[in-house]
This record gives sequence, C-alpha cells and structure tokens, in this order.
Amino acid sequence: MGLRTARTRSNDVRISSRKDGEVNDAAEPASRSWRLTVSVLAATVVFSTGCATTGSPQDPLEGFNRAMFSFNEGLDKVAIKPLAQGYDFVVPLPGKTMVSNFFGNLQDPWIAANNLLQGKPGQALTDAGRFLINSTVGILGAFDVASELGIEKHEEDFGQTVARWGVGAGAYLVLPFFGPRTFRDALTLIVDGYGDPVYYLVDDVPTRNILYGTRLVSNRASVLPADKTIDEAALDKYAYLRDAYLQRRRNLIFDGRPPRETDEDAATDPGGSLARELTAPDAVSPPVLVASDGAAVAPGTERQRLSEPGFNDSVPSRVTSPVDTADAAPVAAATGSGAE
Amino acid sequence: MGKLLLGWLAVASMLLPFSVSAQENAPDALVKSVTNDVLAIVRQDKEIQSGNTKRAIELVEQKVLPHFDFAHMTRLAVGRDWRKADPQQQAALTQEFKNLLVRTYSNALTSYKNQVIDFRPTRMQPGDTDVTVRSEVKQPGARPISIDYSLEKNSEAWKVYDVVVAGVSLVTNYRESFATEVRNGGIDGLIKSLQKKNADLEAKAAQGGERK
Repeated sequence: MGLRTARTRSNDVRISSRKDGEVNDAAEPASRSWRLTVSVLAATVVFSTGCATTGSPQDPLEGFNRAMFSFNEGLDKVAIKPLAQGYDFVVPLPGKTMVSNFFGNLQDPWIAANNLLQGKPGQALTDAGRFLINSTVGILGAFDVASELGIEKHEEDFGQTVARWGVGAGAYLVLPFFGPRTFRDALTLIVDGYGDPVYYLVDDVPTRNILYGTRLVSNRASVLPADKTIDEAALDKYAYLRDAYLQRRRNLIFDGRPPRETDEDAATDPGGSLARELTAPDAVSPPVLVASDGAAVAPGTERQRLSEPGFNDSVPSRVTSPVDTADAAPVAAATGSGAE
Repeated sequence: MGKLLLGWLAVASMLLPFSVSAQENAPDALVKSVTNDVLAIVRQDKEIQSGNTKRAIELVEQKVLPHFDFAHMTRLAVGRDWRKADPQQQAALTQEFKNLLVRTYSNALTSYKNQVIDFRPTRMQPGDTDVTVRSEVKQPGARPISIDYSLEKNSEAWKVYDVVVAGVSLVTNYRESFATEVRNGGIDGLIKSLQKKNADLEAKAAQGGERK
C-alpha cells in the first residue's frame, strides 16, 4: 500500500443503518492487550530516544515516532525520492498515467469489499463496476474509462472499515517503511496486505516485488511537487505531517464529511476532534454523549454526532497474520527532514 | 504516510484560486469566479509558470486575499490560546500567519499545470451565513483531490476562513504545533517562531533569485 496518492472523495451515500447517518470513530475499545502493547512499546522505546516532544495527546509515543520518522525521511532522501525523480524525468506523462491507473484499478476490488463491509452496497457495486470496465475496456486498467464515464472512484481500506464498526484509532504510530498510522491502522494494514491483488494474484515473488516497487515509485513521483510546499508550510515537519495524517484519516472514515468543528471547539479544544477520537471513554452507551471536554451533553446537540459508539468489540485482536506479507513495498512517503 | 499526505500535498499546488472581481452574492459563485480568474492568469503568465514566486504572491495578494478573513483563520489555528493573546499579539499573530500561508501557497501556484477544477453543487439555505464550497482538482493519472472552502458572511461579504485540502485543513493543521510553541514560549514565543519561519523563507527565496 504504502505510498499512495491521497485523494478524497465526497461520497454522498452514507451508511443508513445508523441513526443519524454518521458513524463514529470515537469509540475506543482499547483492549487490555493493546494497552499492554502500548505501554511496553512506550517503555522500551520512548526512553531510548530522547527527543523533544510536543506533548500532543494523540501522540504518546512521540519519541519513538520521531525516530521512525527520521529513519523514513532518510530512506526517502537517499533512495525513494531519487528513484521517483528519475522515474518522473524519464517516463512521459501518458506512461505515468497508465502506470498509476493500472495500480489504481487493482485497488478497486478491495475498495468494493470494504464498502460492502461498511454497509455501503451501492458504492461497492460501483467500485466493482469500475473494476470490470477498466480491466476490459480500459485495457487491464491502463485507462481509467470508468472515471471518464463519471463513475466515481472511492478510497477505502480495512482500517476505515473497522473504524466504522466503532474501533477507535489508538495512538499515533510511525512505522518504519510504511510511515504514519494509528495503532488501529497499523494492525489493519496486515489485512489490507492480503486484500491487495498484487499479493494474491502474483505468485512469482520477484515479479511481485517488482510490482510493489513500481507502485511505490509511481506513488512517490505523483507527490513530488508537494515536497516543497510542505517544507515551507511546516514549523515542525513531524508534527505537521502527523496532524495532517490524523485529519485526513478522520476525513476518509467519514467519507469526506466529518462532523463539523465549530469555532467554540477551536477555542476550547486544543486537540480538536483528533484528541476526541483518542480520549473517548471506553464505554459510552449510546444515549450518553461526551463532549470534547469530557462533559456529558444532551443528545440532540451538535456534539452528539461526535461520539456515538459503534459495536465496540470488533476485530483487532483477531488480526494475527505475519506482517511481512502485508505490503512489501516500503512506504516511507516520508518527505523531508524531521525530528528536531 | 502514503495515502494521506500525498494527495493533499499535490493539492497545495493549486489551492488558491480566488479573485477580486467577484461581487456575486453567492459564496460558490465567488469561489468559482476567483478560481477561474486566477487560473486564467496563471495559464498565461510564463513568469509564474517558471517559478517566479514574487509574481505569484502579487497575484494572490491582488486577487485572492481580499476574500480571506485572516483574523478568523488565525483564531482557528491558535485555538484555545487565542484568548491568552492581547489585541496587539493577536494582530501580530494574524500578520505572521497570513505571511506564511500566502508565501507557501502562492508558491504552490507556480506548479500549476492545466489541472481542471470542478465545483460540486453547494448546499445552502437562504439565511445561511456559513457555507462550504466543494471543489475537486482533476489531473491525468492522479486521483482527484478535493478542495473545500469554508466561507462566512460578515457585513455583507463572504470571506473564506478555512481551506480543506483532501480532508486536511490548512488552518487547523497548525493547531498542535502552535499549542506546542505557546506551551514552550508563550504567545510571544509563537510569534517569534512564525517570524523566524517567514524570515527563513524570505532569505531562501532571495537566494534562489540571485542564483538565477
């Protein structure tokens, strides 16, 4: 998966089985074993990397994360970015477009599956339709005919699915090679690896690795222009990219329409919705809603939507598959230098 | 990092389309006309295309800035700590934040390459004073990137107070970093950091100019 061109779709179809059409990403089931993992990691890692921290509530492992961030940035600088620049320079635009369409097409079946799992059969159907059209008329996906026909591409993955089921994000985590995740998304990454056609359709390992590598380089190349903007915009690149990742994930989970934050939230809630996501209590029963400051608020207020829990006892503990199959393409979308 | 960053990054690349001509009442018409005006100019301006940041900044200042409410943006970015700042500090913060955003995203304009921007229908009730205008940047071989503009109506004019690119608010994304600065050095510390950042960018730009 790794590096992927981010994009957003505003999907007008929403899950309808829920009261108000919003699914909540705030429930935090955090099982014991998770907590244990977190504390062990924290203990072993944070203390060994003595970086300055920003004390962000959603980033308790900041020391570790900054170290991983530096590692990824270094990798990007010496290997991935130069490759992407070479690719960008050598391959003409139509070629690049075809490569990126090809890999994009391969994602659609898994996107369809995830839309189905999220209770969005209509979208799942259009995803499947996209795959059929682009794989045939679009010549193995080289041409995105479906988009030309107005069939919208979606972006879904198993992390979003599980989030819609009510599993909270957990702490922010920077993985070596794969880059930013949350604990939830780091675990579901494994499942996404199995759902990747490059993994299950291509048996020949060298070929598969070439495909992973090509996809990585293609994805990295597509965001080269952004490097400079990020470097210029960020006071602290690590924090900037972290917060962007968390915001974007939240946006994706809500299919482009996350609950709106008000000015009052802005004025009183430093962590914003992201902190809310992490700090939501383990067990909120549906009618009792918790505002960002922890105060219960009456149902029906604007804030209600923010913490309606889903089914809390799902998934992550079942994910036990080995990581190495998940996604051979190292990501490190990492750009620039971080870790102050 | 993959999924996320990329897109909106590329995004930055074409964020700013807005212009002054627009006196239309409707916020979506405003955003659309400013976007079209700015892109029309960029398409013809070889200087901007070849990376002349100064030119891009001029264009943005002239066409785009009149439609932005930077005080509101800064308040949103600073969050809770805004109240700790006295009016003078608030003014300084607003000025520095404005400089940072303008410089950063004017620069992004220089990498514009014929992407197409589509606007989605805006949902709006007659009395609304707060509206989101949604658009999408399309480019060959890349997924479309959403750019949503939040506008608020004050004293008869609609002003943009937030820009959300691929789900990432270019304003609130600063909140944690700003809070950290304030925790470490107070409001003045944040002002200083922003001043330093802007000075660095300026120096870098000047250097780049000489090399040419």
